Amino acid sequence: MLEINDLWVDINGKEVLKGVNLTIPAGETHILFGKNGSGKSSLLMTIMGFRRYKVRQGRISFKGVDITKLPIHERAKMGIGMAFQRPPSIRGVKTREVFNVCNIHSVSCDELADKFNFSGLLERELNVGFSGGEMKKSELLQLLLQDPDLVMLDEPESGVDLENLQVLGKAMNKLLEKYLWRTRAKSGLVISHLGFILNYIEADAGYVLLDGRIHCHGNPRELFKGIQRHGYQECVSCQR
Amino acid sequence: MSEVRKTRAEQAKEKKAAFGSDVDLLKYQLLSNHQSDPLELDPLTNEDRVKIIQSGIDLDGQDKAGTFFQTDHRIVHCSAKQPGLEVLPTAQALAEYPWLEELYWQAVPVDADKYTAQAELHFQNGYFIRALEGQRVTTPIQACLYMKHDNTAQNVHNIVIAEEGSELNIITGCATAPSLQSGIHIGISEFYVKRGAKLSFTMIHDWAEEVMVRPRSGIIVEEDGLFLSNYVSLRPVRSLQMYPTTRLIGSGAVARFHSILLAPPGCELDTGARVVLEASHTRAEIVSRTITTGGVIKARGHLVGLKPNVKAHLECHGLILADEGIIHAIPELEGHKSGVEMSHEAAVGKIAEEEIEYLMARGLTEEEATAAIVRGFLNVQIEGLPPELQAKVDEAIEESEKSML
Repeated sequence: MLEINDLWVDINGKEVLKGVNLTIPAGETHILFGKNGSGKSSLLMTIMGFRRYKVRQGRISFKGVDITKLPIHERAKMGIGMAFQRPPSIRGVKTREVFNVCNIHSVSCDELADKFNFSGLLERELNVGFSGGEMKKSELLQLLLQDPDLVMLDEPESGVDLENLQVLGKAMNKLLEKYLWRTRAKSGLVISHLGFILNYIEADAGYVLLDGRIHCHGNPRELFKGIQRHGYQECVSCQR
Repeated sequence: MSEVRKTRAEQAKEKKAAFGSDVDLLKYQLLSNHQSDPLELDPLTNEDRVKIIQSGIDLDGQDKAGTFFQTDHRIVHCSAKQPGLEVLPTAQALAEYPWLEELYWQAVPVDADKYTAQAELHFQNGYFIRALEGQRVTTPIQACLYMKHDNTAQNVHNIVIAEEGSELNIITGCATAPSLQSGIHIGISEFYVKRGAKLSFTMIHDWAEEVMVRPRSGIIVEEDGLFLSNYVSLRPVRSLQMYPTTRLIGSGAVARFHSILLAPPGCELDTGARVVLEASHTRAEIVSRTITTGGVIKARGHLVGLKPNVKAHLECHGLILADEGIIHAIPELEGHKSGVEMSHEAAVGKIAEEEIEYLMARGLTEEEATAAIVRGFLNVQIEGLPPELQAKVDEAIEESEKSML
């Protein structure tokens, strides 16, 4: 589904990704661990195509197509979707309008919002005065409407209380089609800083990104246990 | 009294305005004002009709409580359909109501500048709209001031009175004929909102590229009165300068100003609103949304708190869509007592890249994302404005979007 080869990226002349290689097959969800500032969000923003993130070297392929130079909206149309860690507040633009843009299958936005206890926010300006949890919910609901084949989630659990985590976990599983009775077709790339996410979604692989490089990969639960026990420094020396 | 006024006007004939570029009034022809009765015939062409509709006016006027229509210096139509509502040419109102002399030029000084002087010395009518005491005229009244003759001056004087406990909702469309290239419109407007009355005034301007516009408005709001102003100018105009002053003279009086302005290349807009809170427990709000696609905008606002326990807020937001454009926001707060609560918020800049890219990540093209953000920026919902008038404002915005982006 997604293949990244030797990706070097900088922002305003500063290198943020230094030769990243990553492959996510169809149906798999991979988790990206790493310290603040290690380049996790930069990787997602680069895959989505944000212009500040200049690709100096390397290639990003999605569904077998080289998308390295494609504009953002074309990547979105091809089936890449992203829930932002800190989405912007857009004055004057109603949340419902953005939901309508995302709604490719013409489902009922009201029913979806109702199900996730979000109805009161549909007529509000996007993210203006939203709490952290409300923003995360808004992001996930937009992705549910967009129904992308590659789901990228940037720290979906941060700033969310426990009660809402379960609700959001439900949304994430729906997004990633984590049901036993179906063959998975959706892929996921999820950033987690605190690892709570592992309690809510079934991940197939994990990586540790440090200083713009992938240092470790393996079973996500085991990786996270290792990080909890030894910190990220261990990952630098471990060449797994 | 009128002699004193004339003398003051004569003395101000050469007086430049405090703001805006100076206009040589001698360049424009003054049409004769010897016409007292409305014309029988409708002299509008189909092209005129299109322009008038674009400025928010319904030509059949069926759903309106009253209609006033003036082309250049001539009254074309004037009617009031609801009891308790009066719509008259100003000259007729002055002749019929001797008491009107007392109010005439009270909200705007006759010698403010050369434009007020010209309006007095070369008076070409205008409208008088009045709701009698306790009459709630909720259906809008429409007024249109149309300029058809090229290179002329239109000097009108309007008076609007909402008597005690009454309500008036007015939409005015000011426009020029497609054939007109240059001209000057001078519009004196005096608004008197009496105790407990409500007056909403929505004005949509649609001028031509070489037209100069110098409205001069004054508003006096008494105890518990409410004045709402909604101003939209999204079409090219050479130069527009106006800075209406509102006096809130009675406890509980409220004034709200909302304006939406677009300056294409070659256009100079110097506009704003000033509210003087002269009584306790008065409130004011001034909100402007301005966009330049190459023109120059000065967005002014001035709140003057003279008594304690007043509350007022000023908001100037500007969006620069072309590097050649300039937006200069000038918010002023002037508190004279410790108990005043006044604030302002001003922001000028381009659309944030992250907002555009965020919407692109949801599938919109860059142009679609920009349009959605601009539309949102201009989306000013005015509390208390009848839905029909809000719809007119929304229509004007929608129509201008195509040319803006």
